[in-house]
Amino acid sequence: MKKKKDIILQLSLRSIRLNFLRSLLAAIGIVIGVVAISSMGMMGANMTMSVTEELSAMANVLVVKPDSGGGGGMMGGGGSSSSDDDYIDKDQFEDIKRAVGQYGNVYPLYQESDTIKVGDEERRATIYGMRDEDMATILVVANGTLPQTSSSVVVGPTFAENNDLTIGSRITIGDEDDEEAIIQKVRVVGILEEKGMSMDLNSDNAIILTEKTFTGLYGGENEYTQVNVILNDIDDADTATEAIEDQLNRKEDEVTVQDSSRMMESITSTVSTLTTFVMAIAGISLLVAATSIFNVMMMSVTERIREIGILRSIGTQKGEVLRMFIYEAVILGLVGAIIGAIMSLILGWLVVLVMVGTTKYFFTFASLIYVPVSMAIGIAICIFSGVYPAWRAANLDPIEALRSD
Amino acid sequence: MTAVPVIELSDVSKIYPLASGDVVALDHLSIRIERGEFVAIMGPSGSGKSTLLNQIGGLDVPTSGVLRITGKNIRKMSDEKLTNLRLNAIGYIFQKFNLIPLLTAYENVEYPYILKHRCNDDTGRVSKLLADVGINKRLAEHRPAELSGGQQQRVAIARALINDPDILLCDEPTGNLDTKTGAQIMEMLKALHDQGRTVIIVTHDPSIGAQAERTIRIKDGKVEEA
Repeated sequence: MKKKKDIILQLSLRSIRLNFLRSLLAAIGIVIGVVAISSMGMMGANMTMSVTEELSAMANVLVVKPDSGGGGGMMGGGGSSSSDDDYIDKDQFEDIKRAVGQYGNVYPLYQESDTIKVGDEERRATIYGMRDEDMATILVVANGTLPQTSSSVVVGPTFAENNDLTIGSRITIGDEDDEEAIIQKVRVVGILEEKGMSMDLNSDNAIILTEKTFTGLYGGENEYTQVNVILNDIDDADTATEAIEDQLNRKEDEVTVQDSSRMMESITSTVSTLTTFVMAIAGISLLVAATSIFNVMMMSVTERIREIGILRSIGTQKGEVLRMFIYEAVILGLVGAIIGAIMSLILGWLVVLVMVGTTKYFFTFASLIYVPVSMAIGIAICIFSGVYPAWRAANLDPIEALRSD
Repeated sequence: MTAVPVIELSDVSKIYPLASGDVVALDHLSIRIERGEFVAIMGPSGSGKSTLLNQIGGLDVPTSGVLRITGKNIRKMSDEKLTNLRLNAIGYIFQKFNLIPLLTAYENVEYPYILKHRCNDDTGRVSKLLADVGINKRLAEHRPAELSGGQQQRVAIARALINDPDILLCDEPTGNLDTKTGAQIMEMLKALHDQGRTVIIVTHDPSIGAQAERTIRIKDGKVEEA
């Protein structure tokens, strides 16, 4: 079989080799563009995945709070309390439980912010009150036990660390300077496991009291700050929300339901928008590269006018001349894109490590897809930049081209 | 039956429209060149001989009249067909050699072969032609810039012959060579004519023109009567 040789490709390769430095500089433009786009893309993808994982733990939570918009003071339907109250009463809690109990665990929560004193140091702290049965199902103790008496509490790990608390440490709850305030001295009997950010209960940096202790301090028994629903299946979020609203907001808005899965969608969508924006800015570097490639290709055509004239006069078709210059652009694009892809993996890894803080999602499809995508964009930009110079070369008048020196 | 002339111009005109007025480069020219002839086209500078060469070589088409190359009217041809005509029917030999600087001497000769056959030459034709014109294997690996003018013109002759064209079209083939080398090139062209090839030389040098069988003199775009 006869050996096939693409002489047109050979001419393109030799032209690049002959003008190596100029070609290399043009390819570097593509390298920078590919690295910029893929690094930013990978950073965004890694950030989205990291945020999604962090938020998905709390995404299966519905938080029901009293409606702060306020109605006209009418009695609420389904329950028995006024919608003007800034708490959820026991009847409303029971209504919620009836409406969505089958979808997951429903528990009420008391919350206050108060002055506390550890040793000699005073500060503000978030204080939760929980029913005993809820503590057993919701809280995970890392060290110690759950509180059994009114003088014992559990604290979150961050709170314990910030205040140098261990099992047995004492905390004074309440402002000692305020004569009307009730002061309660408590002992830490348990430190919780780290839970991470959460919409229902931010226990990491809080003190958690029993319901009895909490209402003893702040009053308001059965007047809950919020009711949380931990869904068994995140897909039930919409149905459960509707069920609660149907049950309590029939006549007027008594409660508002915050669906954390929607918040997660909103946050990941915001991260995606930011990623696209940053990638678009990175894309400007590819426009600069495109100008550079265009310039190099135009110079190549201008310098080789006579050669083009010779090629045409001895039987080279217009299409073959066009192909010769397009090949040149593609080769520059390919070289730039391949070097750019290799550098993207290194620089992208560093960018993700610095900006996201973890590279555990780096070698995933959603992250690495930006490498071939940016390579394709880089090569496409090169071809686009090479089309006009190539067209110009192919359409030169062979007689005029032969006369050129 | 009379043989079809290899080149036939009937009432051919070439007019370049300019803002300052039309320039008539060829003025109702009629020429007939038979297969196997050795013809010199002569004329002073600006006489129209380069324009005529471009028409015969299929690089340009007449404004009016009929120009047939190997029996085909080139005025009706598309750019693609004209390019194919240049590739298959015409072998060019230029004053400035016009080799492709990026290719070696061997590759320069092989280039039109690859364009025509879409594969490399494994018949040994390129090597034989290079040997015939006095270019050895070592020189064949050199780029044009590394060869002397005479060597380049020999390579150009080999390139012109690679696709076995009907016409060898030579534009001042000795114009850039010293007298001795020029004489060698002319001997080579005469030998090719003796083998039965149609050779057309465009020149302003009477000593070159005198070596042809027939001379066509051009003046002001017209054939000058002898």
